[in-house]
Amino acid sequence: MTKREIDSVTGVETTGHVWDGDLKELNKPLPRWWLYVLYATIVWAVGYWIVYPAWPTLNDTYTKGMFDYSQRGEVSKEVTAGKAAQAKYFELIAATPVAEIEKNQELLPFVMAGGAAVFGDNCGPCHGKGGGGAVGYPNLNDDDWLWGGTADQIEHTIQYGIRSGHPETRDMAMPRFGLDGILKPAEIVDAAQFVLSLSGKSTDASAADRGKKIFADNCAACHGEDGKGNQDMGAPNLTDGIWLYGGKLENVEKTIETGRGGVMPYWTGRLDPVTIKMLAAYVHSLGGGK
Amino acid sequence: MKATSEEVIALSGATAALVAVLIAAIGAVLALFGQDEVIRFHGALFLIAAVAAGYYVLAHPREGGADEQAHYMDGPIKVATIAAVVWGLVGFLVGDIIAWQLAFPALNLDLPWTNFGRLRPVHTSAVIFAFGGNVLLATSFYVVQRTSRARIAGFWAPWFVIWGYQLFIVLAASGYVLGVTEGKEYAEPEWYVDLWLTLVWVVYLFVFLGTLWKRKEPHIYVANWFYLAFIVTIAMLHIVNNLSVPVSFLGAKSYSLFSGVQDAMTQWWYGHNAVGFFLTAGFLGIMYYFIPKRVERPVYSYRLSIIHFWSLIFLYIWAGPHHLHYTALPEWAQTLGMTFSIMLWMPSWGGMINGLMTLSGAWDRLRTDPVVRLLVVSVAFYGMSTFEGPLMSIKSVNSLSHYTDWTIGHVHSGALGWVGMVSFGAIYCLVPWLWKRRGLYSLKLVEWHFWTATIGIVLYISAMWVSGITQGLMWRAYDNLGFLKYSFVETVEAMHWPYIIRATGGLMFVVGGVLMAINVWRTIRGETSSDIADQPASAAAPELRHAIAATPAE
Repeated sequence: MTKREIDSVTGVETTGHVWDGDLKELNKPLPRWWLYVLYATIVWAVGYWIVYPAWPTLNDTYTKGMFDYSQRGEVSKEVTAGKAAQAKYFELIAATPVAEIEKNQELLPFVMAGGAAVFGDNCGPCHGKGGGGAVGYPNLNDDDWLWGGTADQIEHTIQYGIRSGHPETRDMAMPRFGLDGILKPAEIVDAAQFVLSLSGKSTDASAADRGKKIFADNCAACHGEDGKGNQDMGAPNLTDGIWLYGGKLENVEKTIETGRGGVMPYWTGRLDPVTIKMLAAYVHSLGGGK
Repeated sequence: MKATSEEVIALSGATAALVAVLIAAIGAVLALFGQDEVIRFHGALFLIAAVAAGYYVLAHPREGGADEQAHYMDGPIKVATIAAVVWGLVGFLVGDIIAWQLAFPALNLDLPWTNFGRLRPVHTSAVIFAFGGNVLLATSFYVVQRTSRARIAGFWAPWFVIWGYQLFIVLAASGYVLGVTEGKEYAEPEWYVDLWLTLVWVVYLFVFLGTLWKRKEPHIYVANWFYLAFIVTIAMLHIVNNLSVPVSFLGAKSYSLFSGVQDAMTQWWYGHNAVGFFLTAGFLGIMYYFIPKRVERPVYSYRLSIIHFWSLIFLYIWAGPHHLHYTALPEWAQTLGMTFSIMLWMPSWGGMINGLMTLSGAWDRLRTDPVVRLLVVSVAFYGMSTFEGPLMSIKSVNSLSHYTDWTIGHVHSGALGWVGMVSFGAIYCLVPWLWKRRGLYSLKLVEWHFWTATIGIVLYISAMWVSGITQGLMWRAYDNLGFLKYSFVETVEAMHWPYIIRATGGLMFVVGGVLMAINVWRTIRGETSSDIADQPASAAAPELRHAIAATPAE
């Protein structure tokens, strides 16, 4: 079967094996460059093993290399250096009340940069990258605050959240007037028309008129007789045309019918106190801080 | 040729029927007494498949006689070839759907069955195991018979391997969609599906080894070394990585035998060598047969094939830890994974050199034959991704590339460029050869397939380079005060356009697959080729070419 022959195209001898009628192989030597690069990678690997941690040994440890290099050692050095570079700012922030931070020109750039970084990963997913909000998630750029817009109030909200389950949380909620049978469907429509009339958006003046009394009996306790809200209870101002859950008639009806109780998680324990302070100062600076 | 004895025929029929009865019984038990819906459904599938198989075996008793052994057995190969084309389309399409989901999350449709998390394993398993696996089954059964000049070992066993493997695919994919998974990447099927694949795979090994055993050639052809390395190693990897304890023998859920970093290491020892032995060694076997056959030239270097084969399989098995750089994995293991990956570079390129240089004296075929072009471009992509792989295994490069889309791009330059293109080339060769045609229905369509797929791949991998490196750089960017410069969601926003480009490239790859399916279908139906004159002699079935011995040895 073995019949070596010279391949006419390349002038190289075949190995003499033939399979399936015409499959043959040339008896070419290994390409030199290929072999030398293979050797070079082997030499490099052996060198690397000598320099760096590489082989497990029988006494339950491993070869440590020439410089005692360790990945964990390197990263902890970097983390330590990074923390040291920020340490003086952290100490200063810890000692400064949150309301004072904005007046401190040395701290301000650091707090703004740090606050923005923490905001992007922790708050941005709901409130939007720039704090612009969305339906159900308040806009943090305007001066319409549900639970107060001073730096201290914002810090408290971040620390304990809203309806978050934390013992200190801000915990009032809009009742379910329709679902709990407090108001009849027709009364809800009237009340909604009245609420819209507070910002001049009512579409049915007589319904709004009928709603006035319903509002006084059921809503004014929290939202105030004039509908301007109460930040101690998280009751929104209904006269400013800013709507968390939408300002169309059907949105307002839905709010009255089913109530509202959006949740903001508490961050104390998840973010350290200094970071929460930076975040509060940052949110306060977004445009609407009181 | 000596006819098979009556005792052997009776034994083979009885064994096949007995196996069918056993599987039907197990299926019935699972279908009736299974503790969850999925295992009951899968039990019913086992039952139906086994009853159908048993009926077929009894209704078509083996005839034996001298004629049976005088031909190669091509039936199972034809089934696997068609299965490869069909599963390929499914896998490419699901891949493109999830690519669009990443660009437009609303396409998840808010349904459990259609979300990314469930469809992604359907995509990966469909392209790797269903498409790639069927191409490997088809070509290995074809090649081992021809290069051994022996009919395949066994009579019902090759059929069991092919249909058993299809059943495995259906069980795996339907399980994913219904939410059943082991959560191990590329090894998601649950314990009972794993056991089924083990059975199928061991029979596959015996059929392959048995055929080599019967061979009438003094030497084993290089393609068969690669196929054998693939079959043996995959058996080992599959069994070890899937060691797990079922919660109940009547329930779908199981827990891995390993935990923590040992589990992670076992998983990536499996995962990396699935790439090495399934997607590399197996497909090198394809390359070593189909390139020299199609271009009618000898393999460039026998000596290179020996050295690169042994160095490849020795070094590959060590490289897995490079998937776990900078994790809880001990540093020494990371070092070994990285250095062995670097040493793997030349052994991988040995295959590329042998594939490309086999065209010496036939380079003009690149211009005239798009099938050759598919095969050669696949080898070029193979060379590119086997350079990129060692590069990405270097710790400092990996600290940028890890967890980014660069990895996804790397995988796809190997998967679409190498595995996909070499498979297309092999299928275009195989279909006229198996169905005894003078050539393909249309070489022009192959040309179209080549260009849509190639442009699609280029769009895909360049988009992933851009998005991956952008992502990696954004994640590690700090400002001068020591704060992260970008929030995570900003890095996600930056991916949007690369994701659209990637999905567009993927769509082109899907279109190429559809063109192939049309071409294969029409070739099988025997429709007249419009451009038969342009097709090389090697496009025709061996019987129609010249007097090459295309039968097993006497």
